[in-house]
Amino acid sequence: MSTLHTINKSPFERPSLTSCLDHVAQGDAVLMIEDGVVGARKGSAFAEALRAKQPSCALYILGPDLAARGMKAEDLVEGVGVVDYGGFVDLAAGAARVCAWL
Amino acid sequence: MPQETGQKKFLYINRRAPYGTIYALESLEVILIGAAFEQDVSLAFLDDGVFQLMNGQDTSGIGMKNFSKTYKALGDFEVRKLYVERESLAERGLAVEDLMPITYEDENEDYAEKPSIHLVDRSEMTRIISEQDVILSF
Repeated sequence: MSTLHTINKSPFERPSLTSCLDHVAQGDAVLMIEDGVVGARKGSAFAEALRAKQPSCALYILGPDLAARGMKAEDLVEGVGVVDYGGFVDLAAGAARVCAWL
Repeated sequence: MPQETGQKKFLYINRRAPYGTIYALESLEVILIGAAFEQDVSLAFLDDGVFQLMNGQDTSGIGMKNFSKTYKALGDFEVRKLYVERESLAERGLAVEDLMPITYEDENEDYAEKPSIHLVDRSEMTRIISEQDVILSF
């Protein structure tokens, strides 16, 4: 069973996203929430690292946190899925465990 | 998956250096509380979390309690699996020799002292995370 990894801090502030991506297993999901959403912006310094992981794991963004920061789905690295709070619950319920990268 | 005994696998992930924030101390407190419930406990030290295990910590100059001795007592609370990430040490110019020797007494082998610290590489850490029932991050 897979792991849902959550990231709630900007990758420009601390290495949580980098550490997370270094520890995801095949079939895991990664959900960026709160300030974590800024790392998924198209053209950002972390876009390539995210793209490199996409074959092995699914990437998601929490929509309300994205909108709050003035960004839209089309601003994101291609293939990153936008979920609402219900989608967050579905991801957590569908995973065997949740690992928070603070 | 939960084992038949109702025991679950708990992993405490430690990614912060001690003293600058409350994370390391809070983690220890939660670990000790959790140990009372006889769960299968593992600790992971990665990123700056490896600094929590540094030998020779001396907090006398900063007015804070030196809680590093507590790690050496964890074996008495059945907390005997401390996984330290090799890459995190190397990135910080550290080697396992820089860490406190932490051991436990194996009651099944005439109380022989055995090391609690296990050096693992990043891929092993990924596997350890994937084997848990519950993960608590600090």
